[in-house]
Amino acid sequence: MKEIRILAPAGMLGYGIPDESFQAGMDRKPHAIVVDAGSTDAGPHKLGAGVGIVSRIATKKDLEKMLTAGLANHIPVIVGSAGGSGGRPHIRWTLDIVEELAREKGWKLRTAVINGTADKAWLKERLREGRITPMTGAPELTEAGIDQATEIVAQMGHEPYLEALEKGVDLIIAGRSYDPAMTVAACVHQGNHNLGLSYHMGKIIECGSLCTIPGGADAIMGILHEDDFVIQSLNPMRKCTPLSVAAHTLYEKEHPYHLAGPGGVLDLENSTFEQLEGNAVRVRGSRFRPEPVYRVKLEGARLAGYRSIFIGGLRDPLAVAAVDEIIAAGTQLAEGMRKQLGLAEDQVFMDFKVYGRNGVMEDREPVQHTAAHELCVVAEFVAPTQEQAAAICAKARAGMMHFHYTGRKATAGNLALPFAPSDFAVGPTYQFHVYHLVELENPIGFFTTEYQTMGEGK
Amino acid sequence: MAKLNDLARIIRSKNSGPFELTFDVIFNDGQTYEKVKKSGALTPKTFAELFHIPEESIVAFVWFDAAEAFKATILRPRDSGSYGERDTYGAQQAAPLVDWEIPGL
Repeated sequence: MKEIRILAPAGMLGYGIPDESFQAGMDRKPHAIVVDAGSTDAGPHKLGAGVGIVSRIATKKDLEKMLTAGLANHIPVIVGSAGGSGGRPHIRWTLDIVEELAREKGWKLRTAVINGTADKAWLKERLREGRITPMTGAPELTEAGIDQATEIVAQMGHEPYLEALEKGVDLIIAGRSYDPAMTVAACVHQGNHNLGLSYHMGKIIECGSLCTIPGGADAIMGILHEDDFVIQSLNPMRKCTPLSVAAHTLYEKEHPYHLAGPGGVLDLENSTFEQLEGNAVRVRGSRFRPEPVYRVKLEGARLAGYRSIFIGGLRDPLAVAAVDEIIAAGTQLAEGMRKQLGLAEDQVFMDFKVYGRNGVMEDREPVQHTAAHELCVVAEFVAPTQEQAAAICAKARAGMMHFHYTGRKATAGNLALPFAPSDFAVGPTYQFHVYHLVELENPIGFFTTEYQTMGEGK
Repeated sequence: MAKLNDLARIIRSKNSGPFELTFDVIFNDGQTYEKVKKSGALTPKTFAELFHIPEESIVAFVWFDAAEAFKATILRPRDSGSYGERDTYGAQQAAPLVDWEIPGL
């Protein structure tokens, strides 16, 4: 069986593609260029508000580099989880950039656009049929919850990509995807059906050179054979070792060697890692165990309210010692404002993060007594409208500033406010509430693919 | 007593999706890994105590020989990036492990 080479130029579209390692990868004549553009790391706001994670300028630069190379070498460029969250606006945003590039460069791009946004009526039916189950830690999903979501996306497997590749395209822009799906599709398309190996290989290279020492934002290559695959570092400064590659499968996963994905579980318990010459590692023994029912993961976020914040420092030792008293006073005044606004208790959220004490770890903070000579309070207020949040925030801030705590000597004010204006209207704030598995009849039918030619070049 | 900080080259935390937080410890070498693993000092019970969390909120607790690493995954205190969030990426939650003094080592 022939060797299949997949080039992953970056861990994330828009993080920048280093010239040298990308060229080193292209010199090895890859069969496809794949890049993951997605993540839920940055929180629910991206999916909820329909905005991206990385800048348009950076994304355009990366796409230009990949497409220039892809077109010149007649290999497909595959972008998964377009725009970060892979929802409709995120796909649109990515397509706009591609259209602009095609026009400027005089390209003609045969493009497949794969949509994975779920129809809400269909989802409710699945819910009623008991075919939607929560992931660990996720809340129960209700029909009202489905309606509240801005958009609910499903993580596709490799199958919709494979279908598009078989049509012969230069570029695939896809919605939310299981991150190795692009690699797997390219490997199956080239004739290797060992999903255990290609899913594992895809898992590793979708993060770029994170599996090397030192890890970083660099291109990496996966080379698939019949019974093994090889991870090839493309930068001599970044070493690929059996431990660095094995350890990568820990990253961001619930379990180190049982990785659930669309349609099955990747089992790495018996995977072996072997050092090869030339800064590469060979992996064997990874298996894919299909599940009887094909399920994909859903993601959705809803509007939780509007947020205002202020930041205040405390340096007066008497104020530092009285921080709890000062916060209690602010809370009380903010509560008064909430009632004045006619809002119920569960419509308003307040949080005072005390940096220098337990700002990062809250209840899990093992250090009980801080030695800090200064503290920073970040106060957060969420209410149904921005005006309400701002009013409550202002009340709490003024209250904390001027509260006469026990033993106070600095009668001019308790907070060092670093900014004028002191209060920030942060805007809408979202919350993940859909993180569930949904059953599908088959891996493709749910996802819809449109084919279009972009640009008017040759 | 040895501190975990002296025995491991990677000690980190990160989200595993919006509802879980996962901790990775990659030891300095295979010998150290085996020593800590066999010591029996790191158990779901001691881990839960270290983080002031109920043992039931531990979702996975695994020794991974191939990477000479230990992994624990817990339920996130709140869904990532929601109101009240302190650490959206979950990247700064491993501090108690760094300072952890391993009894018997």
